[in-house]
Amino acid sequence: MRLVLPVLYAVVIVAVLPLLAGYIVLMERKVMADMQARLGPMRVGPHGLLQPIADAVKLLLKEDIIPEKADRLLFWLAPLVSVTMALLAYAALPIGPAFQIADLNIGLLFILAVSSLGIYGIVLGGWASNSHYSLLGALRSAAQLVSYETAAGLGLISALLLAGSLSMRDIVMAQYDQGMWFIFYVPIGFFIYMVGSIAETNRAPFDLPEAESELVAGYMTEYSGFRWSLYFLAEYANMIIVAGIATTLFLGGWLRPFASYHDHLPGTPIELLDALPSLLVLGVAVYCFFLAPKQPVKIQKLVMALVGGLCLAIAATLAGALFASPAVLQGVHGAFWFMAKVFAYLYCFLWFRFTFPRYRFDQLMRLGWRFLIPLALVNLITMATALLISREWGWSLRITSVLAIVVTLAVAMWLAKNDQVDSAVPVAEGE
Amino acid sequence: MSDPRTTELTNVSTTVLGADEIILNMGPQHPSTHGVLRVKLKLDGERVVDSECIIGYLHRGVEKIAEHRSYQQFAPYVDRMDYVAAVSNGLGYCEAVEKLLGAEAPLRARVVRTILTELQRIASHLLWLGTHALDIGALTPVFYCFREREEILKIFEKYCGARLTTHAFRIGGLQYETYDGFEQDVKRFCDDFTHRIDEYETLLTENRIWVGRTKGVGILSAADAIALGVTGPVLRASGVKWDLRKAMPYAAYDQYKFEIPTRETGDTYDRYVVRMEEMRQSRLICLQAIENIPAGPIMARIGKVLKPPPGEVYHSIEAPKGELGYYIVSDGTTQPYRVRVRPPSFINLQAFDKMARGSLVADVVAIIGTIDIVLGEVDR
Repeated sequence: MRLVLPVLYAVVIVAVLPLLAGYIVLMERKVMADMQARLGPMRVGPHGLLQPIADAVKLLLKEDIIPEKADRLLFWLAPLVSVTMALLAYAALPIGPAFQIADLNIGLLFILAVSSLGIYGIVLGGWASNSHYSLLGALRSAAQLVSYETAAGLGLISALLLAGSLSMRDIVMAQYDQGMWFIFYVPIGFFIYMVGSIAETNRAPFDLPEAESELVAGYMTEYSGFRWSLYFLAEYANMIIVAGIATTLFLGGWLRPFASYHDHLPGTPIELLDALPSLLVLGVAVYCFFLAPKQPVKIQKLVMALVGGLCLAIAATLAGALFASPAVLQGVHGAFWFMAKVFAYLYCFLWFRFTFPRYRFDQLMRLGWRFLIPLALVNLITMATALLISREWGWSLRITSVLAIVVTLAVAMWLAKNDQVDSAVPVAEGE
Repeated sequence: MSDPRTTELTNVSTTVLGADEIILNMGPQHPSTHGVLRVKLKLDGERVVDSECIIGYLHRGVEKIAEHRSYQQFAPYVDRMDYVAAVSNGLGYCEAVEKLLGAEAPLRARVVRTILTELQRIASHLLWLGTHALDIGALTPVFYCFREREEILKIFEKYCGARLTTHAFRIGGLQYETYDGFEQDVKRFCDDFTHRIDEYETLLTENRIWVGRTKGVGILSAADAIALGVTGPVLRASGVKWDLRKAMPYAAYDQYKFEIPTRETGDTYDRYVVRMEEMRQSRLICLQAIENIPAGPIMARIGKVLKPPPGEVYHSIEAPKGELGYYIVSDGTTQPYRVRVRPPSFINLQAFDKMARGSLVADVVAIIGTIDIVLGEVDR
């Protein structure tokens, strides 16, 4: 039994993740369409709900091309490295208190290490393609990852100081015990991690390794069909990983809002706030049923009603868990809250992508090394001082952390002000 | 201006390490060369050491075609040069032939021409803004720009039935009267448009990343610009106040008040600001013009068969991209002996190497975008 459950989880993750990635793409396209005054995918299924499946089928049926002068072995290996490392990182990610393959005592370190190994896939792929665009993309990617991983890691450490453990489970439980999510103690650490994680996953405005308008598709230029979709899967899997890390460290992991506050319904063990998830999903279900009759084609009405039914079933499961044992309740609702927070984090990724232009390479490097890393260091020092003061002198951590934030913000302003040198490319004269 | 860090870097990578420069072929199939421009870049790392524009992939021999068509028959062909500003192309050609004939379009026709040409300028600049922002990585403005451009194209469609290659004007005036509600449509668009421009500016003008990507990129000094024959917004952004609408008024431009926006530095950001302001000025011209469209005929009396007297003429207008000139030689027959077009995109593209040298690959796409070329016009 000790082995069966983790293996089952692993199978579920590997099976569900490609589908999930497909639907994140659909969500991305829908959010993008909404921000750009258009509709997005509408053809395959009602509101494009079957689009990811059509895309997946299309990708699998495409011709697999290996350029003649490519390094065949590395060309074959590179996408596999990327996708394997991305999937491996899920081993230590706790999706709810019950749903975790392995609770390593160095969980966070493991996830960070494994997911940054994925860069080898990008560098090798760019090298093996034997194309200038791919090579430039790979070079950019390597430099970018090294720079931003440092900043993101320093951002994470400020939260680790509060948790005092690298185990993902203990980090969440520390937030439960202290009665507050760590984002409220170290908002600047969260901000640094967010920027760093966008850069690490090569998302806009830091999507230089695959900058479409400059490098066509960067390291993926020569890839097609299934190999391309592996890279694609790795990218979206990595997005979920970084969102999972941020959720666990800063947003209370699987805890519901006000997790440390218990108000039982009189005479029962049921808590009022626990009803929130089922009500939310119920709302979505009602909305689907409301839309269903308005669909133009019969099959679309049917699929829309099915989606509504699915939401209803989820709502019923969430509500049913209320009456089950506390372990089941925590497991089911924990997974719900975890996913909800991950998606909220991902939504920010999409939002930034559609709002900001792309950084230039030298600007990206300057932002990383001259702004984010110094800020992360200052943030770390002030937070450590705040912890020390509250421990030694018995001040409340809430007060000292606010002081730490104020000091760090002042430094941030100073750094930003100093950074406003003219952003022209320094042209070397006499070339 | 020399920055020690970069100088050092450049020297190390090429001389000390003995590393080679790489040749990167951008285009003719590339997402952001705006058509089939091919740019051969010699790169040191990501820095452009040398560049060469290779054109001609869209050459259709438009000028040669003119020699085998009558004057009227050739008019629709000019729309296919700068196909995102077809109305302006048509205006230049019609006025050139009118000048050759010694005729002038009636005032009413000239006012309507002015309105449509200014709308076309806005449409052309909108397309430029959208694609330029897309090149720099802002995905959203292009859709907002197309939304407004659509309104202009609808006005064209209502006026002459075509949206893109309109052939809106005829030699001697107009073929069609304005439709009922033309003034209202233009007014509605203009009233709406001022908020829309503000919307684009909110997204870009003060955006740190946008400013960082455009300020100081692709600088072209006024002297260089004049030496290279650059015209249009690119020239004005370098600080030269030169606009044919003011300098040698044509159509009905002498009747309206408008400003010529200029900037000093001549970088990509300045060209952006100049074009944004030009859209506002075009809107003002349209508003003034629809206030009072004079009554009267829309076609001059020039006869059905055009036989201009032998001679030659050069006439140029301020197209959205710069000075668009037509040099026509007549031998007294119904067909021109020679038509030579001075396309603004082609000549502005000459400045590319000057702007791109020493910049990064990412700047190259910004510079191609900021020159605002249309390959149909470059290659003809």
